[in-house]
Amino acid sequence: MSLAGLTAAEVARRVTSREVSAEEVARACLDRIAERDRVLDAFLTLMPERALESARRIDRDLAAGGPAPPLAGVPVAVKDVLDVEGVPTTCGSRILEGYRPPFTSTAIVKLEQAGAVVVGKTNMDEFAMGSSTENSAFKPTRNPWDRQRVPGGSSGGSAAAVAAGMTPVALGTDTGGSIRQPAALCGVVGLKPTYGRVSRYGLVAFASSLDQIGPFTRTVEDAALVSSVLCGWDPRDATSANVPVPDFTRDAESSVAGVRVGVPWAFLEKGVDPGVMSRFREAMEALAGAGAIVVDVALPHAHHAIATYYIVATAEASSNLARYDGVRYGLRAPGTSDLRGMYGQTRDHGFGAEVKRRIILGTFVLSSGYYDAYYLRAQKVRTLIRRDYESAFDVCDVVATPTTPTPAFRLGEKTADPLEMYLADIFTVPANLAGVPGLSLPCGMADGLPAALQLVGRPFDEATLFRVGAAFQRATTHHQLTPPAGGA
Amino acid sequence: MARVTVETVDHVARLAHLSLTDEERRTFARQLDEILAYAESIQSLDTAAVPPMSHALTSEVLREDAPAPGLDQRTVLEAAPDPAEGLFRVPRVLGG
Repeated sequence: MSLAGLTAAEVARRVTSREVSAEEVARACLDRIAERDRVLDAFLTLMPERALESARRIDRDLAAGGPAPPLAGVPVAVKDVLDVEGVPTTCGSRILEGYRPPFTSTAIVKLEQAGAVVVGKTNMDEFAMGSSTENSAFKPTRNPWDRQRVPGGSSGGSAAAVAAGMTPVALGTDTGGSIRQPAALCGVVGLKPTYGRVSRYGLVAFASSLDQIGPFTRTVEDAALVSSVLCGWDPRDATSANVPVPDFTRDAESSVAGVRVGVPWAFLEKGVDPGVMSRFREAMEALAGAGAIVVDVALPHAHHAIATYYIVATAEASSNLARYDGVRYGLRAPGTSDLRGMYGQTRDHGFGAEVKRRIILGTFVLSSGYYDAYYLRAQKVRTLIRRDYESAFDVCDVVATPTTPTPAFRLGEKTADPLEMYLADIFTVPANLAGVPGLSLPCGMADGLPAALQLVGRPFDEATLFRVGAAFQRATTHHQLTPPAGGA
Repeated sequence: MARVTVETVDHVARLAHLSLTDEERRTFARQLDEILAYAESIQSLDTAAVPPMSHALTSEVLREDAPAPGLDQRTVLEAAPDPAEGLFRVPRVLGG
């Protein structure tokens, strides 16, 4: 097997024992990217010099007898919404043209301090708004399992990079499912941690009460390893939570015996693809076979989640995106003679259709006369959705559903109908509204495409998600499937 | 329920400092009308006694108001499309 196909845990073990150098691993990944990304378009920016320099530094430190960092030499791809000092951050948008941030995000600083090697920035739906990566201002990313299909979104580039073996780890962000849904569609593992678990310093904001950073990996063990580094309080982010972070890799080794897995069967009755539903039922049997107790739970307000989400998230986005005005950074439309005209022209040229649509919707639901009926009411329904989870967690330890109702859809299939695209997120959005953590992992194939299982846990209880997810991967082989090398 | 017309889109676009093309105005009016019709489902819930949830985090987030160094002026202005003499230059606001 090429070094590019190794898990993060295996890379760190081999680099630490000096069986291979971090530089060799980085070169293998850069070679794999050169080979595969011509057809997949997962990356927007590559940073080969910076990556090789970091890798050589790790090799030198290990050669000098320095301590072995937990992610020694592990190549990482980063969604292009996270800042790396001096490297363009585009957010998949034209409005940030020319912007090079003067600081590095805490998430990336922590990974690099733990020995990770950042190789590039990945493609995404503009400002993380979308479920297919087709809203990138630059190019669509292709699904490694079938190039005529989307990788999901908004973190589609990161999911495709890990699925195609270009890096063992990638970072994404998840506001309504933007890590879990592309992880599901590309057949890899994706974690949205609890709201507040990971510092967002240096993350470009979309919807601030929902956004969270998390990892893509091929195994649950790797997700646990990376999360142990990524999570934790940061004084630079007022919304980061000061809650202790355990060594999640230990939880990934624990038995699942006695863990109660709740399934909201009534919520799954309509709209789920039969193949996806079969894989989900088999996954519940596999967990029961491993010793978990599968119980029925109710999420009576979950079917209101999409309506609630598209009011709350667009309201927050319309406020957050007000900062792109052509004054302080990024694009400015040329040739305008007055300030209002400069704002309007800059924003019209710089933003794509989906971003404008959400700014308009968000501004509308916050506007005088509509605030109470839409925004305030959505905030109240959000409380009901959170209470659904609180009640469910009285009788179970994790809530299980499919991650998405269908496998990957075709490029262009949903672009003409925004509402249909939004409905693809029905199973992921509730966890963001409630602020609880969610893990997506592959659970087999449906019509030749990956299907996925989602596990949602109590606030700050990622440990149980890793415990159940790793037990599932010990009992099954779905995560060992890889897409065809040439792309289908 | 609220019906979204091209006039509604125009009003909101002004509030949001967006200059839209005629085609965008018409398309957005139709699409937003459909999205809000879908969102109508939440109007049927009884939420009179339910507190609004603005945030998922319940912990204390205030900190000491202690001064600390930030980015220097030159670094920040380097990112601007049209910096001048330590300032952000913009088109004329007053007079003509």
